[in-house]
Amino acid sequence: MTTQRTSGRRKQALAAAAVVAGLLTTAACGGGNGSGSKNGAAGFDAANNKVAQADQVKKGGTLKFVSTQDADSWDTTRGYYGFMWDFSRYYSRQLLTYKTAPGATGAQLTPDLATDTGKVTDGGKTYTFTLRPGITWEDGKPITSQDVKYGIERSWAQDVLSGGPVYLQSMLDPNNTYKGPYKDTSQDHLGLKAVDTPDAKTIVFHLPKPNSDFLQVLAMVTASPVRQDKDTKSKYGLHPFSSGPYKFQSYSPGKGLVLVRNDKWNASSDPVRKAYPDEITLDISTNQTDSDQRLINGDYDIDLSQTGLGPQGRQIALKQNKDNLDNPVLGFIRYATFPTSVKPFDNIHCRKAVIYAADHVSIQTARGGPVAGGDIGTNMLPPSVAGGEGQKYDPYNIAGSGKNGDIAKAKDELKQCGQPNGFSTTIAVRNNKSQEVATAESMQASLKKVGINADIYQYDGSQIAGIIGSPSNVAKKKLGIVIMGWGPDFPTVQGYGIPLWDSKYILQSGNNNYALINDKTIDGLFDQYTTTLDESQKTQISTEINHKVMEGAYYLPFTFEKVLNWRSSRIGNVYTTNAYSGYYDFVNIGLKSSK
Amino acid sequence: MLAYLIRRLFAAAVMLVVIVLVVFSIFFLVPKWAGVDIATSFVGKQADPHAVEAVREKLGLSDPIYAQVWHFFKGIFVGRTYAAGGDVTHCAAPCFGYSFRSEQAVWPVLTDRFPVTLGLALGAAVLWLVFGVAAGVLSALKRGSLWDRGAMVVALSGVSLPIYFTGLLASSIFVFGLHWMDGKYVSISDSFTGWLGGMILPWVTLAFLYAAMYARITRATMMEVLGEDYIRTARAKGLAEQVVIGKHAMRSTMTPILTMLGMDLGALIGGAILTETTFSIPGLGQAVLTAIKNQDLPIILGVTLITSLAVLVANLVVDILYAVIDPRVRLS
Repeated sequence: MTTQRTSGRRKQALAAAAVVAGLLTTAACGGGNGSGSKNGAAGFDAANNKVAQADQVKKGGTLKFVSTQDADSWDTTRGYYGFMWDFSRYYSRQLLTYKTAPGATGAQLTPDLATDTGKVTDGGKTYTFTLRPGITWEDGKPITSQDVKYGIERSWAQDVLSGGPVYLQSMLDPNNTYKGPYKDTSQDHLGLKAVDTPDAKTIVFHLPKPNSDFLQVLAMVTASPVRQDKDTKSKYGLHPFSSGPYKFQSYSPGKGLVLVRNDKWNASSDPVRKAYPDEITLDISTNQTDSDQRLINGDYDIDLSQTGLGPQGRQIALKQNKDNLDNPVLGFIRYATFPTSVKPFDNIHCRKAVIYAADHVSIQTARGGPVAGGDIGTNMLPPSVAGGEGQKYDPYNIAGSGKNGDIAKAKDELKQCGQPNGFSTTIAVRNNKSQEVATAESMQASLKKVGINADIYQYDGSQIAGIIGSPSNVAKKKLGIVIMGWGPDFPTVQGYGIPLWDSKYILQSGNNNYALINDKTIDGLFDQYTTTLDESQKTQISTEINHKVMEGAYYLPFTFEKVLNWRSSRIGNVYTTNAYSGYYDFVNIGLKSSK
Repeated sequence: MLAYLIRRLFAAAVMLVVIVLVVFSIFFLVPKWAGVDIATSFVGKQADPHAVEAVREKLGLSDPIYAQVWHFFKGIFVGRTYAAGGDVTHCAAPCFGYSFRSEQAVWPVLTDRFPVTLGLALGAAVLWLVFGVAAGVLSALKRGSLWDRGAMVVALSGVSLPIYFTGLLASSIFVFGLHWMDGKYVSISDSFTGWLGGMILPWVTLAFLYAAMYARITRATMMEVLGEDYIRTARAKGLAEQVVIGKHAMRSTMTPILTMLGMDLGALIGGAILTETTFSIPGLGQAVLTAIKNQDLPIILGVTLITSLAVLVANLVVDILYAVIDPRVRLS
């Protein structure tokens, strides 16, 4: 009975949404901006991996962001949302950062606070940086190497500043011997032994063992400087002290924020940031349809969360304002994975049977289709990560002749698995992600054709860490197929794949290696990667890791995710960057008019 | 009267304590039974076990539920200090908890958002009372007429259509289609006219739903009252029709309307979630929705308490108003 009621409500909601979509379309016809470039828009995909309208940008004006969600934290130590990292370049600087360029070039590192990309000695275990002259805080005081060290040390205070990435700890102090600056008994609270600051302009990092992605980690927002006397600990995210061209004027959690120019920032000290607008605002809306419509209406310039327009917004924009849209491939891959602790997925042939049986086009449609969902995923390394091959690498012929499912091969694999008549299993899926539920239903239907009966277990999406992230819980509930998605923390195989595929990252809670991959070859390749400094060799190893993962049939990739993102006609110098998984690079967007 | 008030206030206090216990149980026992550790949702993608343990300690999740409930009540009267890992956060009395998600005390969040929701609920209530009751009375007086049938069809539509439909429809027509208004919420302290402009659609949308219900109830009650002996007596005595309707019939008709109003207003003040979400109004409903998504228990608990309190207070006021409207009612 409950199911019937729910179903009825869903139908009612869907019907209502359809009618509203139609009406919204009609409304937009009356007030729309017209197609083509009449409204000044750069054109469809004009900012996708290329720069749109850079020459039209002027200094001044207010750049207006809207979002349906606030950041997890604006504290540079605590934030983990991709859009927060992207946005934080307005008010925070790091020793290194990403180039302000489109596509793959944007994922390359460039000096920011430092004069160069560092001197590497001691076989890759020591990195030395010198700070630029003229770098200042928002009160005009110089940014020192001690400030950089203190900002980095804060990452160790996970008891106070939880939530952010912990790559710095794992590379500089893997045994967690340092307890963070708040428990640091040294007089200056700068007791982290792995980092030296011989003078105010020099900072030296000592790694216990080399890691070829250390510079990538230094470019993360977690490595931003924080001034000790301005550190409000857990409340720092309410008003971070700026080292960048903008500073916080106001912030109300869940409502919005306003950034204004930091008049103490020296443009000459910053080769990266152009600081075009005078003011940057963010409004948090709870209604995606409304915020999409307001973007289209011109009330806002850009969506902060970069998750793309919703179904109604897409319908209107594609019809009326296509020139304001970009359709980038994001760094995210949506997938199903098979915990090898749950029978019969301990057998590679049973895993392959599921990969072959799935209808990949149907799954792509469930994700939103080729435009809003993405290209059919054929392997597990995002195309935006070095070593990623996109659809060129398709070991199970997922995007080729097997795109609607290969029943014969699936049955053959079932025979080799010792389950010729199929088996029963459970698909675990987050209940707050309608697209994931739809992909689970698609899988359920196609697996049934080869005798695999899958129940769908919908769980509270906010409890990932304790439900699918707990191997004992997965085994207890016999969750044979787990549906998830993943994007890179930084654009390398380590930043994307190590938590997913390296056996050292199997955790009892908060685990992300859901398949429980314990493959010495893969572990060895990651070890080899971290000690290899040559970029082309690193790329080669990345490709090899991806191949090993796919050969193990631990994953059924769904899509290389794509979204339809909106850019207003008021803005220029817009481009997507691989540094932030295909998001727009916010930091140098400017307005065409200062009014 | 005073004894009655004291009794009702005491009952309300007991009810609030029970509600706190229930909410705590839901948020701490249910995940426990499901084998889920709330602390893990506060750490990042690469959950460090030490970080999880530290978060558990910081949020007091290791304490027994009775201890957590006790700390909560104590905090309301004397304030509370949260200390962990060298970070000390003081939450001044009345401390209704502290949100470690958004790093703010719950009380300021409630006091910041309460007036927004109150404005929404009161404005809509005025509209639905005026139009709903008037439509209901007219329908009852002109039973079977075109007016009656038309009004009841509109009322039925109002009851049937969900707010997220009428809200989006209204926005698409008046904001994005005809551009008659901006439709964006503006704080009353920033601009009174801006606030008024932003609230018109939410008021009308919300009032459309409730006015429909009130019209139907008013019509039914009024028709019943008009058949009462004392109405016939009043008319027989030669009283003017407007006196019979306005003074005698309306008093009895208003009793069930007031009961409904008390419940509806109380519930709306607790958070008109759908309306606030549809129109992006930063009130209690929006706050609680975000809190539910983020598993932010302190905010959920605070809003739940405010909702309960609002319903209890509204009902108490309504009970007192009974005696004013209908002299036959005596408070005892």
